[in-house]
Amino acid sequence: MFPSSFDYVAARSVEEAVAAKAGAGDDARVLAGGQSLIPMMKMRLAAPAQLVDINRVPGLDALERTNGQLRVGALVRHADIARSDLAFGAIASAAPWISDPLVRNLGTLCGSVAHCDPEGDWNSVLLATGADVVARGPSGERTIPITDFVVDFFTNALRDDEMVTEVRIPVPNGRSGGSYQKLERKVGDYATVAVAAHLELGGTGAIARAGVALTAVVPKNTKVTAAENVLVGNHPSTELFEEAAELAAQASEPRDDVRGSAEWKRNVVRVFTRRALTAAAAQAQQG
Amino acid sequence: MQITVTLNGSDQTHDVEPRTLLVDFIRTKGELTGTHIGCDTTSCGACTVLLDGTPVKSCTMLAVQADGRAVTTVEGLKRADGLHPLQAAFKQEHGLQCGFCTPGMMLVGAALLEQNPAPTEDDVRWAISGNICRCTGYMNIVKAIRAAGAEMATS
Repeated sequence: MFPSSFDYVAARSVEEAVAAKAGAGDDARVLAGGQSLIPMMKMRLAAPAQLVDINRVPGLDALERTNGQLRVGALVRHADIARSDLAFGAIASAAPWISDPLVRNLGTLCGSVAHCDPEGDWNSVLLATGADVVARGPSGERTIPITDFVVDFFTNALRDDEMVTEVRIPVPNGRSGGSYQKLERKVGDYATVAVAAHLELGGTGAIARAGVALTAVVPKNTKVTAAENVLVGNHPSTELFEEAAELAAQASEPRDDVRGSAEWKRNVVRVFTRRALTAAAAQAQQG
Repeated sequence: MQITVTLNGSDQTHDVEPRTLLVDFIRTKGELTGTHIGCDTTSCGACTVLLDGTPVKSCTMLAVQADGRAVTTVEGLKRADGLHPLQAAFKQEHGLQCGFCTPGMMLVGAALLEQNPAPTEDDVRWAISGNICRCTGYMNIVKAIRAAGAEMATS
């Protein structure tokens, strides 16, 4: 299978990439890892007139902690995150479960985030941890909270002339923990169900901040605010986590498909939310 | 557009359409057919090659992206004095039946042994989890990669 023909631009800088993208209107796509985009182009689900390859842009592969943030550049591969000591909580937990080892060697976090596939993992992790997406356009840079960035099924908040340059994840100051629980039929398959959880504890040991988000059981990656609200202000406990898990299950909208029945998936959401919160709390209480 | 890819150590310069996939560049321009096209949908790993030493799926990368980079295919494993220890171990341990997945398995094995000369069974299974074999049940592939590691450590 081959993609449709396209014009290929190997950008040497973000400015060049943005200018190329702006020139092609809504018919250009940025090529980072290409692990979703190239298959979509081969299957002719996508047929951009122009492909702007950013793989030769210097500096976009930076993965670093600065100003209390974990900054993930647009060329940081899933495998880079999986083997980095800088990753923490739900991010470190999710990285080894993205697709398969070969895809992880090329695919990028920022690309996955921009793709907005509701069966993609990273947007749930970013919703739970409260990340920001940094976008660059001809008129400069803007920071978009992940809750605004994920608009819908395969739809992000980028304008046609913008590209994602970086994702910034706040690094908690105090005790914190996170976990990503994913059920997949086989390595490399999309999640049947996955749940991201992030907890920060205050001085008394009560939960000061909580993040819970769902993958593959909602039309877009979704933050479960009701569950988060129940958690904040309380001490971690089995009963509390069961209550939050029930709210997460209620918030899910799974459908019957080849991966299982809606009823079963909803139950997996309940169990995985409880497990993710339990793992997150255990990690926070150790640290 | 014209690109130069260092394929198994030799520079290959060819004109390609930007939509040419790396696997097709290797098979048609490079005339090396050890790299297989299996599922063609990023699922099976039969098209695995090493890109600057890192295993990737060459059906999910454009040839133009490999311009100026080094690609190793299964043909590149062979040594002047004969088979690579991985090739010998796959033969010795019956690590293949139909052989379709074998080039990918051996290249993933080579990259793993580079990082981890004495992998456990779990390490090997994790490393090859993006490569599908429909014949062997994986047992002998795992054995072969570990045997090659042991052989390389002593030689």
